[in-house]
Amino acid sequence: MSSRLTREDVAKVAALARLRLSDEELDLFTEQLSKILGHADDMAALDLTGVAATAHPFGLINIVRPDVVTPSLNRDAFLSQAPDVQDFRFAVPRIVGEAP
Amino acid sequence: MTSAHDIAARVAAGSSATTEVETSLAAISQRNAELNVFLYVDEEGARAAAHQVDERIARGEKLPLAGVPVALKDNLCTEGIPTTCSSKILEGWRPPYTATVVERLLAAGAIPMGKTNLDEFAMGSSTENSAFGPTLNPLDPRRVPGGSSGGSAAAIAAGMTPISLGSDTGGSIRQPAALCGVVGIKPTYGLVSRYGVIAFASSLDQVGPFAANVADAALTLEVIAGHDRMDSTSLPETSPSLVAHLKDGVAGRRVGYVKELVDGSDPDVAAAVAAAVEVLRAQGATIVEMSIPELQLGLSAYYLIAPAEASSNLARYDGVRFGLRVDGDDVAGMNEATRTAGFGAEVKRRIMLGTYALSAGYFDAYYGQALKVRTLTINAFQKAYADVDFLIGATTPSVAFPFGSKTKDPMAMYLNDVFTIPSNLAGDPAVSVPFGRGEANLPIGVQLLGPGRSEAGLLAAAQVLEDAERAR
Repeated sequence: MSSRLTREDVAKVAALARLRLSDEELDLFTEQLSKILGHADDMAALDLTGVAATAHPFGLINIVRPDVVTPSLNRDAFLSQAPDVQDFRFAVPRIVGEAP
Repeated sequence: MTSAHDIAARVAAGSSATTEVETSLAAISQRNAELNVFLYVDEEGARAAAHQVDERIARGEKLPLAGVPVALKDNLCTEGIPTTCSSKILEGWRPPYTATVVERLLAAGAIPMGKTNLDEFAMGSSTENSAFGPTLNPLDPRRVPGGSSGGSAAAIAAGMTPISLGSDTGGSIRQPAALCGVVGIKPTYGLVSRYGVIAFASSLDQVGPFAANVADAALTLEVIAGHDRMDSTSLPETSPSLVAHLKDGVAGRRVGYVKELVDGSDPDVAAAVAAAVEVLRAQGATIVEMSIPELQLGLSAYYLIAPAEASSNLARYDGVRFGLRVDGDDVAGMNEATRTAGFGAEVKRRIMLGTYALSAGYFDAYYGQALKVRTLTINAFQKAYADVDFLIGATTPSVAFPFGSKTKDPMAMYLNDVFTIPSNLAGDPAVSVPFGRGEANLPIGVQLLGPGRSEAGLLAAAQVLEDAERAR
């Protein structure tokens, strides 16, 4: 597995992660991320065919409870911490354009 | 600083908790401006809580941490009190609810004094990644306190509070404990509730205590541990009995002295571990020299797994529901502007690394492979624990290092966690206990590692080392 990240790879990942990087940051991150991934190359080169993957130390199971109503957290308390609220809802910039 | 045990005893006997709060506030005000341990000191809340503790004691309540001041890492939610994760993206946010661990401390009579500094979103090993400036090591202000829970470790070392809470995803309790010369426990995964703990890497994160001595750390862990129905990863059992087992000793125990948990450390650190091994041997333990080569793969696996989980956990900081918003032309532009302005460099680096490791074409080679290495680590530990009761090694490769010495090279910083990461991958408990001194007379941490739910035995062994250290 090659870990030679290109500047374009880093720009693409930044866009996916909703981050905007300056030219200097792109250069720096390309170098640093390549180095970190280079460290992982030894691991990536191991033949681990047949080894199961562990995503969680004890294995997650579904937790269920009786379907009865219990008090929940206060809506107004949550909304009071939001950047913008309208009519008891989180408000964001307009998504849908004007009708043609 | 008086121990938590002694404070709880005298407050239970009728001494006012207010005295304890004022002592703690005085210690904080004496050095906080210099050391930057607390991001927020809740003077009013602490004084009010002290009055409540006095009233509860007067009513005859038994409170295991009566009047004991506690410092909280600023990734633990506290209702109405700023909780920043040392990030600009959460600056000014006041959580609408309180973490279970904090509720349990309050129920036990402890008094939260405020919120301590950390590396932004707990990503780092020095607190140099805090958006609000680094914490200085109280033992040598030119050096880092470790991280990410550097503020909580420094609070103990500076005598500001007798106990504190941190979180440990790859060593973030044990490493600063070692560098500040205090005791730190990373409990078994699931033993302590994470409800209200701001997520970094959910399959690795665990909350635990710091204290100036093993007994206070054990008592604090007893208070915060045990099932919580609000955390679906919480183990089903009640809190274990730990303080009652502190005098159990190590006679008859088999201890693995692990080459890979010492290799690469400075000579002073290796010598301290060797001396600790001799103490355990003299107290009746059987020492088994072991090699567990799989542990050396842990670092690489961790620095893919933790960023991968972080990249999804931190997707919630999008400027919609809480914290910072920076306007943009549309929703995506607003998301991007907010995250670009709100996150620091290390957080961005890890989000990028995680996003890359999870992306199509690289998933199998990086994230998938890391999960398999995680299995190898777990299997290797299990094999070791079939032969021995617990393992011993160094907590960190060196004593506290100077500011700026590792900030240029992320990999150099990550290598600090090489001995602590394997326990997180396995979900197992581990303790760092101060033992010996190294370069510049700075403290060294010895690490004790055990299988899941072995806290009582680990703490008994830590107590043996603490007793030997005090007798020297």
